Amino acid sequence: MKLFFHIGRYFMLLVQILKKPEKASIYRRQIILEMDNIGLQSLGIVAIISVFMGAVVTIQTAFNTDHPMLPRYAVGFATRQSIILEFAPTIISLILAGKVGSRIASEIGTMRVTEQIDALEIMGVNSSGFLILPKVVAAMIINPVLIVLSMFLGIFGGWVVSAVSDVMPVSNFIYGILYEFAPYDIFYALVKTVVFAFIITTISGYYGYFTKGGALEVGQSSTDAVVTSSIFIIIFNLILTQLLLA
Amino acid sequence: MIRVVNVSKSFDEVPVLKNVSTVFEKGKTNLIIGQSGSGKTVLMKCLVGLLNSDSGQILYDNHQFSTMSFAERRVIRQKLGMLFQGGALFDSMTVEENVIFPLKMFSTMTLEEKIDRANFCLKRVNLENVNHLYPAEISGGMKKRVAIARAISNSPSYLFCDEPNSGLDPLTAIVIDNLISEITQEFDITTVVNTHDMNSVMEIGDKVAFIYKGELWWEGSRFEILKTENKEVNDFVYASELMRTMKQ
Repeated sequence: MKLFFHIGRYFMLLVQILKKPEKASIYRRQIILEMDNIGLQSLGIVAIISVFMGAVVTIQTAFNTDHPMLPRYAVGFATRQSIILEFAPTIISLILAGKVGSRIASEIGTMRVTEQIDALEIMGVNSSGFLILPKVVAAMIINPVLIVLSMFLGIFGGWVVSAVSDVMPVSNFIYGILYEFAPYDIFYALVKTVVFAFIITTISGYYGYFTKGGALEVGQSSTDAVVTSSIFIIIFNLILTQLLLA
Repeated sequence: MIRVVNVSKSFDEVPVLKNVSTVFEKGKTNLIIGQSGSGKTVLMKCLVGLLNSDSGQILYDNHQFSTMSFAERRVIRQKLGMLFQGGALFDSMTVEENVIFPLKMFSTMTLEEKIDRANFCLKRVNLENVNHLYPAEISGGMKKRVAIARAISNSPSYLFCDEPNSGLDPLTAIVIDNLISEITQEFDITTVVNTHDMNSVMEIGDKVAFIYKGELWWEGSRFEILKTENKEVNDFVYASELMRTMKQ
């Protein structure tokens, strides 16, 4: 019963969020600020994780496919496919759900418990639209950029490993990276990323917006936002993979 | 003028407001007083539309607020200013940005005009050289004054103040009270103040409405409240030893 309550309230909030903004110029400025908050400030963690994960994927693939029947370039091929299809869009989105989702829920939750949202309402501002819509738009624009960067850095991590260790020859790795490249895979990854960005920002915004109580509840909202966003990312990952790749 | 007619509100079938009817007049500082939990905050939230009353009417200059659509309410709300208990300043904005915010959203002023207006409002509440500070960098009394400046920046017709003195020392509290009263008269607006501070009542209470267990129990002026024979009002007004001694 509570699940239906949350689903109903979430969709009602979405309707409010998507109402026409009071002043488009203010919203545009907010979107740019949020692109910095959500995207650029996540650049460091995305870069570090991508490089190391790319390196680890390459090493593990190399050790687990060490068979005379398998060509060595298959390691590069498998690394590229793993990173583009799954690691960059899904794992990085899960990491962003933790970093960005908790930030959004706690920021909006704190505004709720300190009556800042009430202050917006009293002024006649559509508070949910003003607070959540710029975050949604910003994430849907900037997250694909982060994911493309993550793809490059992940593959770069794999290349570094092949270059500095004897896991496999660099030439084979590069051949594998280029082998039968399908641009549709990038499209698939970016579609997933945009959907995940929407899930992260709207679910986190939902939990923050309906926070009741004080500091304890803000923390609870933040945790709920991350857990729920992560679950929905996993569910939609399956649905989108079935729809776009099957 | 704000007219409240038979407003009732319940939470989980527990009545919090019971058929409250009163009038808050223009150009006067109207006080809602009562014990904690008496329903005065709920009444104020119903007045500004943060809560919807279960029954009754709220009329802003004869415009039915309680049955208005979201869009219609938004028009009325642009004429409202509100001072919240904790100030409710936007943490991510400077003092100046906080005061300018309502103008940014709803006025057609140029940036220069907005800054001039913000400076005027800040000067009116006796604040200068704080424009570029953040709310976390100023004192509680200053936050209240910035909140008043923000509330009046859009030239409101109605000003609501929820416990404006909470957490302030008596001297700063009187400064805030007098500021509210002066602004009310200067801009000829309808001001409604929610308080349980008897100092405020005596300082600025042009009209006082006493809420007791969700009902409008008594109303009158600050002078009349000292002479009333109403037991519940007397229990509230003369709750402290000091007030009882003064009465004797």
